[in-house]
Amino acid sequence: MDLANGEVMVEIKDLYKSFNGNTVLDGVSFNVTEAENMIVFGRSGTGKSVLLKCMIRLMEPDAGSVFIQGKDVLKLDLKELNDLRKDIGFLFQGAALYDSMSVRENLEFPLIRNFDLDRKEIDERVHFVLEAVSLLEAIDKMPSELSGGMKKRIGLARSIITKPKLMLYDEPTTGLDPITSKEISALITDLQHALKMTSIVVTHDLLCAKIIADRAIILDGGKIVKEGSINDLTTSNDPLLKNFFSDEIIETNGSLK
Amino acid sequence: MNNILTPGKLFSTTEKRLTEFFSMIGGLSNFSIRFLKEVFLPPYEIEQIRKHMIELGMKTLPIVGVTGFIIGLVIAMQLSPVLKRFGAEAFLPGSVGISIVRELGPVICALIFAGRVSSGIGAELGSMRVTEQIDAMEVSGVNPFRYLVVTRIFATTFILPILTVYVIFISLIGAYIAVVLVQNMTWAYYLDRVIFAVEFGDAIPGVSKTFVFGFIVGLVGSYKGYTAENGTEGVGKASTSAVVVSSLLILIFDMVLVKLTLWIWPTVK
Repeated sequence: MDLANGEVMVEIKDLYKSFNGNTVLDGVSFNVTEAENMIVFGRSGTGKSVLLKCMIRLMEPDAGSVFIQGKDVLKLDLKELNDLRKDIGFLFQGAALYDSMSVRENLEFPLIRNFDLDRKEIDERVHFVLEAVSLLEAIDKMPSELSGGMKKRIGLARSIITKPKLMLYDEPTTGLDPITSKEISALITDLQHALKMTSIVVTHDLLCAKIIADRAIILDGGKIVKEGSINDLTTSNDPLLKNFFSDEIIETNGSLK
Repeated sequence: MNNILTPGKLFSTTEKRLTEFFSMIGGLSNFSIRFLKEVFLPPYEIEQIRKHMIELGMKTLPIVGVTGFIIGLVIAMQLSPVLKRFGAEAFLPGSVGISIVRELGPVICALIFAGRVSSGIGAELGSMRVTEQIDAMEVSGVNPFRYLVVTRIFATTFILPILTVYVIFISLIGAYIAVVLVQNMTWAYYLDRVIFAVEFGDAIPGVSKTFVFGFIVGLVGSYKGYTAENGTEGVGKASTSAVVVSSLLILIFDMVLVKLTLWIWPTVK
């Protein structure tokens, strides 16, 4: 590992996970370097979200190891794990905003619970992230008053409010119309550049992947079947990839029309 | 043809149900142990506990009040002709008082509370679970068990005894109204007769056992919600089964606690 030189942020080695005998992750290994945008690409049900959840121990993998910032995540005790999680942002598929809290309370929650900040600084950070996602006017709204796209933006704002070093995105554009999907993808890229975060984006949306990715891996049947830039992968003559991307392109173009 | 219940199917269904039942008992035991471990650890979520106590108390206050009033009224109406038959009408306030304080007040209040609160907690936490809000809390470095579960169990444990005292008082008012319909009796005399009849060994254990009932309501509701799965269907199941299981456990524990309190505070000296 090359963390001492500030290069490797995440290192995954031989990760295995199965549910009731059904193998979902079958020896997944890859590295992500600092400030890199890595896309984990694959069809629905190929274990992409499980991979993300195993990385931060929302699920316990059956075998393998996960290193984040040089720390062996699977060997950390709860306190050490929570300390590490403060440096990680996670955007859930459905945004996972707390229903009983307003947008402001949703954003303040991780700050109040984990950081010793005064009121002024909390307000400044809340305003900063809301401006970053262009939703300052929604500050006093409840999640039930927001559209799907707005929820994703607020979810994103909540994830970055703690200034994480690593961002994990679970299907950031799923369920959104193509235009909002493009906007969210562009917003993620802008924030990545502005905040210099490392990010791992799980998606099956090729358009989103093309906008965000520095590098991509393709997960199929619980294994990484290919790794490279999105252009290399989409133009590859490998029959598996051709078949894979032809289907995906039809899906994406279909939804754009 | 497939709907015919064969011995094999019956065995398989029974086996499945028993497995589920024992798995739930195991889960509830683990949940209780985790609660006892975490309740003493900081940060103490005093503000959340206070919020839940007010919310759950206010939500249940009208329904337990109305139920208590009606129960008191009906018990007095039922007992009056029976006592008259034995020439023991004078014992009506005392009999009603003892019934309400020892058993009816605490149990009826707990059952209504279970129906209202356990299902609510099950649905709320279940919804949070299936929409990944609990995961989001965990990822942000907050212990969701302590923030969501410990606070709710603590709140239900301490709000139910308060509600029970209120229900007992309301039931006694209901019973008084039934009494004055058949007997000429002042409120002061009625209350004096009730206080004369009800002993320490009736009042304290009656109210004390509601701490256990409150714990059961919070525990079962939280367990069912926190472990909910399979989307909205799972939330519905969590909510429904929370009421069924907590009501059943209240009655089972009532049986045990009645025996225990009779042993600690025997009524016949």
